[in-house]
Formats: sequence, C-alpha cells, structure tokens
Amino acid sequence: MRLLEWVDARFPASKLWNEHLAHYYAPKNFNFWYFFGALALLILALQIVTGIFLTMHYKPDTELAFASVEYIMRDVEWGWLIRYLHSTGASAFFVVIYLHMFRGLLYGSYKKPRELVWIFGMLIYLALMAEAFMGYLLPWGQMSYWGAQVIISLFGAIPYIGEGLALWIRGDFVVADATLNRFFAFHVIAVPLVLLGLVVAHIIALHEVGSNNPDGVEIKQVKDDEGIPVDGIAFHPYYSVKDLVGVIVFLFIFSIILFYMPEMGGWFLEKDNFIPADPLKTPEHIVPLWYFTPFYAILRAVPDKLFGVIAMGGAIFVLFLIPWLDRSPVKSIRYRGPLFKVALTIFTMSFLALGYLGTQPATGLYTLMAQVFSILYFSFFLFMPFYTAIDKDKPVPHRVT
Amino acid sequence: MTNTVDVDKRRFLTNATTVVGGIGAIAVAIPFISSLSPSAKAQAAGAPVAVDISKLAIGQMITAEWRGKPVWVLRRSEETLATLPTLVSELRDPDSDNTDQQPDYCKNPGRSIRDDILVVVGICTHLGCSPTHRPELAPEDLGSDWKGGFFCPCHGSTFDLAGRVYSGVPAPTNLVVPPYHYLSENQLLIGEDSQGVA
Amino acid sequence: MRLTLGLLLSLTAFFASPAYAASSKVALDNVELDLSDKASLQRGAKIFMNYCLSCHSASYMRYNRMGKDLGLSDKQVKESLMFASDKVGDTMTVAMRPEDAKKWFGVVPPDLSVISRARGTDWLYTYLRSYYLDTDKPLGTNNLVFTDVGMPHVLWQEQGYLRKDSDNQLHALTGDQEMAFEYSMMIRDLVNFMAYIGEPSKIERLALGKWVLLYLVLFFFVAYPLKKAFWEDVH
Repeated sequence: MRLLEWVDARFPASKLWNEHLAHYYAPKNFNFWYFFGALALLILALQIVTGIFLTMHYKPDTELAFASVEYIMRDVEWGWLIRYLHSTGASAFFVVIYLHMFRGLLYGSYKKPRELVWIFGMLIYLALMAEAFMGYLLPWGQMSYWGAQVIISLFGAIPYIGEGLALWIRGDFVVADATLNRFFAFHVIAVPLVLLGLVVAHIIALHEVGSNNPDGVEIKQVKDDEGIPVDGIAFHPYYSVKDLVGVIVFLFIFSIILFYMPEMGGWFLEKDNFIPADPLKTPEHIVPLWYFTPFYAILRAVPDKLFGVIAMGGAIFVLFLIPWLDRSPVKSIRYRGPLFKVALTIFTMSFLALGYLGTQPATGLYTLMAQVFSILYFSFFLFMPFYTAIDKDKPVPHRVT
Repeated sequence: MTNTVDVDKRRFLTNATTVVGGIGAIAVAIPFISSLSPSAKAQAAGAPVAVDISKLAIGQMITAEWRGKPVWVLRRSEETLATLPTLVSELRDPDSDNTDQQPDYCKNPGRSIRDDILVVVGICTHLGCSPTHRPELAPEDLGSDWKGGFFCPCHGSTFDLAGRVYSGVPAPTNLVVPPYHYLSENQLLIGEDSQGVA
Repeated sequence: MRLTLGLLLSLTAFFASPAYAASSKVALDNVELDLSDKASLQRGAKIFMNYCLSCHSASYMRYNRMGKDLGLSDKQVKESLMFASDKVGDTMTVAMRPEDAKKWFGVVPPDLSVISRARGTDWLYTYLRSYYLDTDKPLGTNNLVFTDVGMPHVLWQEQGYLRKDSDNQLHALTGDQEMAFEYSMMIRDLVNFMAYIGEPSKIERLALGKWVLLYLVLFFFVAYPLKKAFWEDVH
C-alpha cells in the first residue's frame, strides 16, 4: 500500500501497530478477569464523548446549572440518553476499575517488573476519584452541594494551613459559584488530560514488560526460534476479537441499567440530587456516591477530624506500596499459600463491608463495625511483609496451564 | 496450520461482524448528531410573533423580533406605492424572480400580502448588518433620485420600499420576506403562513 | 476463586439496603402508576393545572411537549390546560413572586418538575391524602407525612376533612367510603401526571431498551463465532 509507505516514512504508524497490537504477544491464558482493562478504556472513551456533548448544553453557574441539566433531559434532542450514558458510565467506570484492580491483587500483576504499571494505575484511580467528585458537583443538587462542602472542609483539618487551604480551594467562604466554575474547568479539561496521559503511560509501561497472566508465569522465559513466546499470542487479532465479545456482554448489562434503571434505586442518581442545592438546609443523610463509601467509612470510623483524614488518605496511599509489601516470590493466587488467600478474603470482605457502612449513619454499632473493618483493612497491608514471607506457597509451573 | 475452510469462515464472520457493528456505530452516532439541532427551547423562542398594527400610522415603521432577527413592519402610502414601478430599471431583481427571498404569496410588485403593509426581515443580504430606514425624498447623501428606501451603512447597499435591492451595490438579493399572515384586520403573525407552515 | 466470586455476589445485599429511607416516620401507601395510561395523565394534568399551578411552578416542563406525549393537540392544550401562559411552547411557570410566596406561606412553594424523583411517588400519594384538621396551625391543617407543612389542604373540597386520633390514625369527618375512594383515584391520576413530568422521556427510554438489547444479542451471535473461529488455532 503506497499510502502506508508514505506515512511510515514520516510517522511510525506500522511500527506502532505491530509493537502494540499485531506483534504484541500476550499470554494465551487470559481469563474473565482480563476483560476489564479494555472495558475501562471503552468507558473512558464513552465518558469523554458524552461529556463533550453535555458541555454543549450545560451551564456552570449556580443560578443555571440545575435547570440546564433538566434542559438537557427534556429539551435537547436525545439529551436524556446522553445524560444517562454519562451518569451510568461513571458508576460503570468504578465497577470496572475495582474489578480490574482486584485482578491485580489476585494474580500479583503489581510485582516486579510491573511495579510502575501498578503505580500509574493507582494514579489513574486517584485522578478518577477526583474527576468523579468534581463532576458530581456540577448538577448542583442538594447532594452535590453538601457532599462537596463536607469533603472540601476535610482539608480544613490540616493543621495551620487547613482553613486557608479550604478557602483557596473553594474560592469563597462556602461552596459557591466560584467553586462550581473551577470544578467545571477541572472536570471538563484538566483532569481528563491528566487521565489520558496516565492511561498512555500505564499501557506503555505494561507493553514494555509484557502482560502478566492467571498463572503468574513469565511467558518471555520460553521463546521459539523466532523469539516469540511460545505461550504468547498476538493481541490482534486474538484479543481484539475476544475483547469484542466482552464489550458486547458488558454493553448488554450496561444497557439494561441505562434503559430500565438508570437511577439504580438512588445508588447511581441520588434522590436528594433532584432538589436544587440549598446552602441553608442540609439533607438528613449526606452520603457520597457508592464508589467512595469504603473510604468514607474509614474517615468516620476515627473519632478525630485530622486523624480521620489521615486514615482515609492512608487507606488509599497504602495501596501504592503493595509491590514492596508483598514478599512472596509467587505472583498468582493459584500458587499462593493459605495465609495470603485468607488475608485477601478478609480484605475483600472488609472493603465491601466498609462500603456498606459508608452508606449508613455513623452511630453506635455501625461505627464500631467500621472501626473493626478498618483495622482489618489496614492489617492486610501492615502484616503483608510477614505473612507473605512465611506463607507455604505451591510450586509455580514453568509454562502456563 | 489453517486450511481454506477456516480462512473463508474467518473472512465471512469478520465481514458479518463489521456490518453489524457498523450498523450499531451509525445508530449510536445519530443521537449525538441530533443533539446539536435546535432544542425545544430554541424552537419555542423561534415561535411566530404577533404584531398589532392598529396604531401604525402611514409612513411609520415598527421593528418586531422573530428568531433573533429584526422584522420591519411598515405602512406605505399611496405615493410610495406609485414610485415602486418607476424604479424597475435600477433594480437587480425587480420581479422577485429569486424565489428564496420571499414566499410565493409575496411574489408581487409590493412584495407583500396587503399593498399598504410591508413585512420584511431587516438584515442586509450582503453581510448581515441592519440597514437604516431612509423614507425621506432626495436627501443629500443618497442623491436627488432617491424615492425612499433602506440604506445599509456597512458597505453602502440600498433597497427600495418593497425591500428590492438596487443594481450595482454589494448586496446580491432582495431583502427576505418572512412567512406571515393576517389573523385579523389589525393583527399579523410573523413566522407562519396561513396554512400554519413556518 | 469461587469464594471471591461468592463474595462479589453478596454485593446484591447493597441493593436491598435502603440508604434513603423516607424522612417521614409514617408508613407510605404504595401507588401503582401507569405512564402509558394517557387518559389518566390527561385527568392528572387537569387537576395539576387547576389546583397546583397557581402556587407551584413546573418550570422545566413545556406545554407543547405535554400535549404531544398525552395525545392532545396544541389547540386542546391551549383551551383546556393553559391558564398561566399563552404560548404553547412556554414552560409552566407561575406569576407569583418568590418574595410574596415567602411572606404568605413562610417558604417558597418548590418547583414540582422533578418532585416525584426527589420524594418518590409513594410519598406524594400518601402526603396528598394525609392532611388533617389541626387548630394549632395558622392554616388550620397539618399533615401526617410532612409535619408542620406550610402548604394548605388545597384539595379539601375533593376529600373533605380528616382528623387525627390519639393513635396517629386519620378518620374522615365528612363523606363516605366512595368519596374517599374517588379521592384516592384522583390523587393517583395526579401523581401519575407528576411522575410523567418528572421524566417525560421515560416512556421513550423504556420503549427503546428492548431494541438495543435485541441488537446486542444479534451482534453477539456474529462476534462470538468470530472469536471461536480465530481461537481454533490457540491451544
């Protein structure tokens, strides 16, 4: 193809295609847990496209914002669909990301030489949480307003600089028009640019060392005469066609939610957010969106404002350290000893329990349970250097199974 | 290792998947592209405008707003109507042959439903400025032959009191006559003709 | 492996937990709504225009959109349902100024466009049937679902008055079972209409869903064989 040759002489089109798709050799034993990276990329694209179209009609002004969302829902052709795609997409993004991260824990995808893949991934997770938090202020409903008010005032807990910092973030004495406008700027362009850059870095780091797999076996150790891993298959066409099927199944579930229950009983679109923001009236229960609730539970479990913030931050920060806390030479849970399996089970149950507790009022038994599960959550990491070192791991096969 | 049956199956399935996927892609694109069309709010704002001409004196002009544009409603005198045929040789399109510029019921010498009332969009067909109403005869800047009309200050285009463009000016076409009709003797509705077509 | 999947399935427990229990301590009556029942919606629209729109706006809802969805022509909408505006493309706003409203009622009557999504239809249905006489209140009435509400019992002529006994139960002072039943039906129509204006595109959304799912099933039945065809030579 003459045109392709012309381009290749000036831009590494074929080289990129081969290095990252047609001749990128991924392990042949990817299972269900390996769909979520591609799905995350799909959802990122969805959110960007729907976000662009929403920005054409949305107005980032406290007097106009709530009305502009209803304008999109009613007066803009197909506006309701674009809005629901974006709101359902936001929750879907976190479902996919949590499953994607869980895969990492299952198969030791964070271990050498993939520590940077994990670090970039954690940074994406942080950026995503910031993006979702700021996006949620934009409809300017009661939950938008009060959720933002509570979370920003957390910054006030920092000694000495806290109050000034919170004031600077808000641009006003309370969450106000200035806050809305800057969150809009961050949500629409600043954080998406950062997200895109991080995703590119994440994939480049992955492709540099090659993908892990459910057996935790390094496929590059056994290559054929042409230097191709014997347990590897070209990403394109094998994983492009497989991921297509995964995408279709995902879209099926996604569409059921989108068309039949976009509010998801108040979990994806909170009821209180259909009331315009009122700075003089706080709702009875301020609950962050479901994907933040585990960390919210940890925050409230600690009876001190500053230490609560530190604990919440710590809960996220400690995830960054896993590549160095895990002392086991074994990557995949398939060959790990009983200690890690028990620890991971307890961690998962704690995370889910904390998620539930984050939706409930912070009183009595709920607080006690949140404290217990917070301790269990942190124990997974704190004791990891010990139990992974002494764990009775099973022998790891030479080739994938 | 792959035999011909294999390859044919792959090619068929690849094509089938591409076709089905392509249909889906187009179906998904439609809502996004449609969302750019005028919303219900824009359409409501673009709704027809009623104008009351009971107090409109001869020679007086009022400006209504329709779809964000100025629409002039001018009551013409008998003398003015008499001048219109005399200008034919100086005009680019005296018979309103360009059907894009007015509804068929206004393809007449006065370019209006009623001879005495001119309804015309007050936007110069050159580059969009709004011309000034110059009803006076023979003013200094427009010359002794000026029988009254509209003068656009941006690039000097001129139109007569039926909105017809003079030859030799930058504007290419007559002023646009919007669809309109009379609800009663003194009430006209700009933006919709009598069949309810906008 | 199975353990972790089982754990994930327990996520379904979340969907059962009512994080947003209604703020009223009163048990809410359940109302069955049918957004495809155009006759009911038309009746509800009439009630809404007659009783509600004088104080409450529904400023995100356009008259002509309502007409189209309810099967009414622009002319019919103008003649029987428009008292506050005269252009059928207008939104349902009211003339009452917020300052006056605050003075007269203590609070600005909230816009009702999305109230059904904020409060829920069961809440609205129960609230509108739970007014009772209360001599302690300036307006003479109170509400079991919304204590000390600033809104008067606008529909008293249709329901008659109720009183509250020591058990917090409401009893009718006037009218009979039939009147109570007719009133409930009327409120059902009104709440149906309020559910409709809360999300006018819901009908379209529900209708479109099955086609999208059907398409995806069709797509699956070419994409999956395609995957199998390629993966034949992976062992």
